[in-house]
Amino acid sequence: MNIIVIGCGKIGETLIRSFVKEGHDVVALDNRDTVIQDLTNKYDVMCLCGNGADCLTLQEAGVEKAEMVVAVTGSDEVNMLACFLARRLGAAHTIARIRNPEYNDRSLGFLKEQLGLSMAINPELLAAQDLFHSLKLPAGVKVEYFSRRNFEMIEVKLKEDSVLCGTSLMELRSKHDAKFLVCVVQRGNEVIIPDGSFRLQAGDKIGLTAKPTEMQKLFKSMKLTNKLAKDVMILGGSKTAFYLAKMLIGSGTNVKLIDVDRHVCRNFCDALPALSAVHGDGTQQDLLLEEGLTDQDAFVALTGMDEENILMSFFASSQNVPKVVAKVNREEMASLSERLGLERIISPKEIIANVLLRYARALQSSMGSSIETLYQVMDGKAEALEFAVNGSSSLTGIPLKDLQLKKNILIAGIIRDRKTIIPTGTDQILSGDKVVVISASHRLAALADILK
Amino acid sequence: MNRKMVLSLTGRIILLEAALLAVPLLISLIYGDHGTVPFLITIAIALASGGALTLLVKPKNQTIYAKEGFLVTALAWLILSAIGALPFVLSKEIPSYIDAFFETVSGFTTTGASILTDVEAMCHSMLFWRSFTHWMGGMGVLVLMVAIVPSLSGQTIHVLRAEMPGPTMGKLVPKLKDTARILYLLYMALTALEFVMLLLGGMPLFDSAIHALGTAGTGGFGIKGDSIGSYSPYLQWVIAVFMMLFGVNFNMYYLLVIRQFKPVFKSEEFWTYVIVVVLSSAVITVNILPLYANMAEAARHAFFQVNTIVSTTGFSTVDFDQWPQVSRTLLVLLMFMGGCAGSTAGGLKVSRLVLLYKTIRRELRHLLHPRSVGVVRFEGKRVDNSVLVSVSTYFALYMALFAVFFIIVSFQPGYDFTSNFTAVASCFNNIGPGLNLVGPTQSFAGYTPLIKVFLSFAMLFGRLEIYPLLISLSPSTWLKK
Repeated sequence: MNIIVIGCGKIGETLIRSFVKEGHDVVALDNRDTVIQDLTNKYDVMCLCGNGADCLTLQEAGVEKAEMVVAVTGSDEVNMLACFLARRLGAAHTIARIRNPEYNDRSLGFLKEQLGLSMAINPELLAAQDLFHSLKLPAGVKVEYFSRRNFEMIEVKLKEDSVLCGTSLMELRSKHDAKFLVCVVQRGNEVIIPDGSFRLQAGDKIGLTAKPTEMQKLFKSMKLTNKLAKDVMILGGSKTAFYLAKMLIGSGTNVKLIDVDRHVCRNFCDALPALSAVHGDGTQQDLLLEEGLTDQDAFVALTGMDEENILMSFFASSQNVPKVVAKVNREEMASLSERLGLERIISPKEIIANVLLRYARALQSSMGSSIETLYQVMDGKAEALEFAVNGSSSLTGIPLKDLQLKKNILIAGIIRDRKTIIPTGTDQILSGDKVVVISASHRLAALADILK
Repeated sequence: MNRKMVLSLTGRIILLEAALLAVPLLISLIYGDHGTVPFLITIAIALASGGALTLLVKPKNQTIYAKEGFLVTALAWLILSAIGALPFVLSKEIPSYIDAFFETVSGFTTTGASILTDVEAMCHSMLFWRSFTHWMGGMGVLVLMVAIVPSLSGQTIHVLRAEMPGPTMGKLVPKLKDTARILYLLYMALTALEFVMLLLGGMPLFDSAIHALGTAGTGGFGIKGDSIGSYSPYLQWVIAVFMMLFGVNFNMYYLLVIRQFKPVFKSEEFWTYVIVVVLSSAVITVNILPLYANMAEAARHAFFQVNTIVSTTGFSTVDFDQWPQVSRTLLVLLMFMGGCAGSTAGGLKVSRLVLLYKTIRRELRHLLHPRSVGVVRFEGKRVDNSVLVSVSTYFALYMALFAVFFIIVSFQPGYDFTSNFTAVASCFNNIGPGLNLVGPTQSFAGYTPLIKVFLSFAMLFGRLEIYPLLISLSPSTWLKK
């Protein structure tokens, strides 16, 4: 597909990287020539220096043949204008980043319609939603939903004292009564699709699938306690913090916000009367302790500085706060702090990349493949894909153990009549099923691609 | 530095050369000459060495940076020439390896300078291989590799940038592989067009192929002692016009194909190139008018010779060494200009000269108005200062290197100033013939083997635009881990 990315900041670059990986023809537009120069060296894309909201520049980028135009510059207005022009100049789908809360209320629908936008993305809102869901889960666990929440995959990092350490996958199934499947393991930088003889170690990050109904049972048998967060402390009054606070307060949680800017604190109080805002430097440990960090159920660091977020999260962990989340934008920082033991990290740009990649795949699937949803799991090193099986194919009606699958591919789940089957070797894929496939090295376009 | 990746890529290039060597092998089978066995042996050697490199070296980390790009390019070109020289030696057509190496480098760098004293004695397959190296070297072997080898990562842009001539590299389409493919398709189409037009003019099949390949790469290896001199005026005009066309930036042709005429008509580089060619032809026509029977003949020879020099091809229709001083001087100066960036021609490139001129103008104004802010615009866009600096630096480096080669070559006993100067200018700018002892009717055979090696390097420096070779020849590149 021809994709134009306007604005090549942090999010733009992440998008470009994932689009190039997918094999799309990408044109990158930015008005800073140093950024453009850097991109030409790093990625196989065409780079243009210019204003993305300028007709001539857009035409030079080949907008009339573009299947998708994504505007992610720092300014909402430029994004909207660029998308509007691109649509008028013949682009098939336009996506704008609109993150100002004022545009993100009820007027958004009207805006989208008038501008001809296919999608408006708000990284902060998405990140906040992601955070909100994760605060409902046990500590150190991340979850992805498939097939309208009929199927879940959770990512857990194994601690030293975890009951799973040292056991092989074969033993696991007999030991725990919950039906689940370890689909993918990340050990160091390597992602493995394990077989029955694979032994888990402390430090492994594992991806598990189970029926939603069995999840709680599984958590219990893994001795992961799940306490709902009642008191949450948020560090940094960013946009993400605002959305998150709003959602948390809506669900009856006590939220305490700490920010160095008095003005920001006041704005928060103004918009969310139930919130208690504290004006002070959140990097001061005394202040955090004074404000009752030790009594909190969760600590969320959302300042604009990756370093601050990481350090203060470590501090919160050391004070035995059960759930600690840090926003980390830079990828290398994320993997570094994960190695140092930080369990929960969110990165808005990764979330956006996921959403748009899924959108691009869906666009493409209307041109041939049958992917329903796509998730990047294990820090983007593996993918979980959901396929719909229509009619009979070379895969249907054959027990799974007789299928000759490619290496590093696993059938993680079959969804039949809205019921989830965690497959064993004797299960079969039937017409009308939805199948979730985990792939660690191949890029799949159709279900038949999983065969050798 | 990612040595494994450098080696692995070089291995793939050698494999590609093995495949390319199959073409002259086919020719030798068709004509039944004695090139068959030498080509078979060379292919076997290339397959073995290239196969060993690609199979044994398995780089875990596939990322390469600018440094590796330069190294791969330099290494690939040296090894390509070293292997490409083998058929000449094995067939005993060129007994000395140094001579054969010179001839092959001259081929790949599209220079066209020859050590052969009697071209017509060569067998068909060897003649074809010589001209085929022109064609490959013109657009670039690494570009070809990017175009056809499926699994190369996106960072090959560093390799391409090192191989493609010109101050900046512009992509035609988002993907590098597609860009490389488009370039080769345009290149093939233009070559085929010339081939057909030569055939229609009554040139024999083999001759047409050789000259089409030689013109396309702006090389200049011919198959006759007097180059193009004995062909009809029509054929000379065809070759002259195509030489000019191959000196034009290939992006222009792509823009024409996708029906974007405006940028072509507005291209400063293109029009500067055309104006220089027309003006110089006019001056030379007037200057040489007394030597020829009529205006048409003088104009034809003037236009041909100007284009052969400007496009750095090196064919000739007459011995321009016999021309008056003004014409000879003009031709020697044109040697340094070369064609447009992004073409198959060598030399400094028109765009660099235009940028240099604009820099000078800005600096002069800056002297008069110290507080003035000058912006240099080129092709309708503002040129970044760093580009201007790099162009000036390149020019300085180019002149310095020219001086070094000139001094080295002047050690040759028995050669005069003009011969040595034009020999270096001609090799460094990938043209072919010079003046006096290296004139159009002479050859480079008289130089000692050591100087031939230096001239070979001058050709490689010129073709790869200095940096790749300079970087790989500096010890610090290899010593640091």
